[in-house]
Amino acid sequence: MASLIPCPHCGMRPKEEFTIKGSADVARPAPEAGTQDWLDYVYLRENPMGRLSEYWHHASGCRRWLVVSRDSVNHDIYSVQDAAQAKGGGA
Amino acid sequence: MRYSALSIFLNALSGNRHWQPAWREPAPKPHYDVVIVGGGGHGLATAYYLAKVFGVRNIAVLEKSYLGSGNIGRNTTIIRSNYLLEGNQPFYEFSLKLWEGLEQDFNFNAMVSQRGVLNLYHSDAQRDAYTRRGNAMLLSGADAELLDRDDVRRMLPFLDFTNARFPIRGGLLQRRGGTVRHDAVAWGYARGADALGVDIIQHCAVTGIRREGDRVTGVDTTRGTIGCGKLALSTAGHSSVTASLAGLRLPVESHVLQAFVSEGLKPFIDNVVTFGAGHFYVSQSDKGGLVFGGDIDGYNSYARRGNLATVEHVMEAGVAMIPGLSRIRALRSWGGIVDMTMDGSPIIDKTHLPNLYLNAGWNYGGFKATPAAGWCFAHLIARDAPHEVATAYRLDRFARGYLIDERGAGAQANLH
Repeated sequence: MASLIPCPHCGMRPKEEFTIKGSADVARPAPEAGTQDWLDYVYLRENPMGRLSEYWHHASGCRRWLVVSRDSVNHDIYSVQDAAQAKGGGA
Repeated sequence: MRYSALSIFLNALSGNRHWQPAWREPAPKPHYDVVIVGGGGHGLATAYYLAKVFGVRNIAVLEKSYLGSGNIGRNTTIIRSNYLLEGNQPFYEFSLKLWEGLEQDFNFNAMVSQRGVLNLYHSDAQRDAYTRRGNAMLLSGADAELLDRDDVRRMLPFLDFTNARFPIRGGLLQRRGGTVRHDAVAWGYARGADALGVDIIQHCAVTGIRREGDRVTGVDTTRGTIGCGKLALSTAGHSSVTASLAGLRLPVESHVLQAFVSEGLKPFIDNVVTFGAGHFYVSQSDKGGLVFGGDIDGYNSYARRGNLATVEHVMEAGVAMIPGLSRIRALRSWGGIVDMTMDGSPIIDKTHLPNLYLNAGWNYGGFKATPAAGWCFAHLIARDAPHEVATAYRLDRFARGYLIDERGAGAQANLH
């Protein structure tokens, strides 16, 4: 894991300030969605070797949710976005 | 050649010039009845028991690097069968019984040392939970002893019994647990399997799985295409990667788990001691180094190195348990990639393809399971039915709601 994360609000910050929630590629299904959709969401993972996107919470900084795109092999950080902007919404 | 005191004596007389390599390095044949992907402890044990117990010949084990380069050479060498749940404990007790006879069975000194595994408890509630777990262990035919604080103090007088946060009240001891020389397990199984005709093919990475309809017909590798009657995946750490070659998504995340060894010390800790409340466990190797570790770093990773924050946390927990550790210097640290399943328990099962088999998801505990995982996976491959102690390790348990939540934590170790 990279030691410094470029938070879009706080600048370069140490990794220990963040909490990682998990993959940002899975979308919560509708409540009435079938068992397979919920199985996919709750249990199954792409677990890519290489590039992946995750929700990170900058718990000891701006307290914003971020979407961090990084590499699971060489630990490069490709991009860090505010989650609200990454979703295309306003915040 | 069979190893014995006589063979050592005779080879010494001839200047040790006539020892033979412990296994061959064959070129891959075009077709095998069973191809096992992954030459780690589990893959080699699977090949060994397939050949020895289930009478399957014409087996290949494909290893992308060299033998012992993965988690079989990166773990902290502990064996035990101190589980609670019915889906787990008989399996791990079967494994411990196999460990007890392993060296005679495969004629290799694996340095099996039943020095005892002690889990510390710190509260009345934890003592009650360990009492329950100890009773479950006894019911499965394993051994368990509940120790009070004075018992633990006699064994390990240097622990911090009056720690303000986690005062030690006692422990659950399994005397038959202990440690095993991990590399020797890989070598012993490799040598045993090779002697039974198994082709162990190193530096052979699988890049694709060939199918005709629903059936697997072979694998593409960096050393050419190899046909197979049955394909067995045993690539913990990278299970998602190999399973994805067959279009299979797993309930697995790959995480890095770190381990450490200190400088060599005089005999100090006779047992394996775990301080679960503080995320720390330790034993002392025969060379004198303290071998210790904690929890996973807590983020998806395929890099076999971890973060300094986890190093610091493990060291702090260690000093909280044994204040005397504060002046000991750490010699080395390393990381291994572990399959973290969503319920913290493994998978030994068939898949959506009728001749594709999966052994994955060993979380923190693949090493102690090596003999039983190999045996049960071989049973599944040879007979298309699960071994009686491994019936709960189904891939579809997540869809059916039959989780084995022994530890209550899988990939999300931060949920406590």
